[in-house]
Amino acid sequence: MNAADTAFILISAALVLLMTPGLGLFYGGMVRSKNVLGTLMHSYVLIGLISVEWAIIGYSMSFGSDVSGIVGGLDFLNLAGVGQTPHETYANTVPHLAFMAFQMMFAVITPALISGAFAERIKFSAFLLFSLIWAIAIYNPLAHWVWGGGWLMSMGALDFAGGAVVHMSSGASALAFVLFLGKRKNYGREPFIPHNLPMTILGAGLLWFGWFGFNAGSALTAGGLASSAFVTTHLAASAASLSWILAEWMHRGKPTTLGLASGAVAGLVAITPGAGFVTPMASIVIGLVGGVVCYFGVNMKHMFKYDDALDVVGVHGLGGTWGALATGLFASKAVNEAGNDGLFFGNPEQLWIQFVSVVATWVFCFVGTMVILAVVNAIVKVRVGEEDEDKGLDVSQHGETGYQN
Amino acid sequence: MRKIEIITRPYKLEDIKKALTDAGVKGMTVSEVKGFGRQRGHKEIYRGAEYQVDFVPKIKLELVIDSGLVQAVLKAVQDAARTGEVGDGKIFITPVEEVVRIRTGETGKDAI
Repeated sequence: MNAADTAFILISAALVLLMTPGLGLFYGGMVRSKNVLGTLMHSYVLIGLISVEWAIIGYSMSFGSDVSGIVGGLDFLNLAGVGQTPHETYANTVPHLAFMAFQMMFAVITPALISGAFAERIKFSAFLLFSLIWAIAIYNPLAHWVWGGGWLMSMGALDFAGGAVVHMSSGASALAFVLFLGKRKNYGREPFIPHNLPMTILGAGLLWFGWFGFNAGSALTAGGLASSAFVTTHLAASAASLSWILAEWMHRGKPTTLGLASGAVAGLVAITPGAGFVTPMASIVIGLVGGVVCYFGVNMKHMFKYDDALDVVGVHGLGGTWGALATGLFASKAVNEAGNDGLFFGNPEQLWIQFVSVVATWVFCFVGTMVILAVVNAIVKVRVGEEDEDKGLDVSQHGETGYQN
Repeated sequence: MRKIEIITRPYKLEDIKKALTDAGVKGMTVSEVKGFGRQRGHKEIYRGAEYQVDFVPKIKLELVIDSGLVQAVLKAVQDAARTGEVGDGKIFITPVEEVVRIRTGETGKDAI
């Protein structure tokens, strides 16, 4: 047990928790004013729902003893055996409870990320039911595959802080969701303009801040590797914020604040899988490319004509995919002995492994989400009625309004 | 008597007010309005999606003046409000049948 590590992990867990309200503000500012509370609710309520789910079964399914590489066993059900002494394998210098709490915050934010895709048109009861089933059937097994000793981990796939588990999974599920759900009423016919960009930009700032807990905390000890992940995280976000506005400046004529905030998030997403495996200079390249990839990624929805309201596919799906592949290019054992070398350090095999993890994650999450949606839709219709959508989620789902004019 | 309506750029208000006062105009009414002319507003871009914003903020000044003052007022307004760019606005002139000052009951030229 190490007191410095314990303090670091507890603070990191708190930082990751802060990302979820930050995400709520980021998303909340981008919707129309009649949906601001409903959108904030999508993030906040998952803190409650998923935390409880995680304690009862999620942690065990993710980090319990391995069952055929697919899912964790039930040894930690109801947090049995998760106490104040360290676990021998997971973060063995901090209390097992601290590691569990840190991982809990990741489980909370991931389904919240998806909520940006179906914003402004989902029934609250269906949202809760979907998120709960998705956490159990998709997130928990996937976390086990990558971090809990499952098959992707055994294969040698590198995912430092959740490129597959958090970002690709939410992006792929978001794509399935918007194809299932259809476009918002009058989408493409009337303008859907963000109602409060300063709120969005504040949210992006909180995400950036919290991301230091997300990525540096994933080192699980307060030391050199955490510092390295801290620096790569910051530099990738900085580089991507610049490359996104540069891309839109050249493409559309003006650098926008929403572009800068989106670019920063895109860079944070892109560096997440490789944060603890790549050098600071590599992270700048990953960020620069990530900003441009995601900028053009969000434009895909106009080409393919789906309504991913707040660009979860373009930012998290594509950013996470780029980051996973970039890890296969730029990873270096000189940075992290526990990692591996990537293509640029003489190990092309790693890129192949990363590619397999990308395909597995996308297919599993896309197909799984479609199945869950079919089930949920049979129980409670997922989409709100036309009149309720017109009134907005705030009044129709919660009986409140965000602003009195 | 004539009623002059001027629709133009908000930031020109102070210049126009001064020019009108200098030309002998005693009073005016100003409103914040929204609208568009041939230039059709402006474009806004959110994550690569373009939206045409047709109604842009303008100000509308309304004043009633003696017919003899019309040419001086038109010149004053044009000098003060013209930038040469699209969106400078328009001036509308209409005849006024009668004016009544509510406090005193005065009518016509005396009531302006």
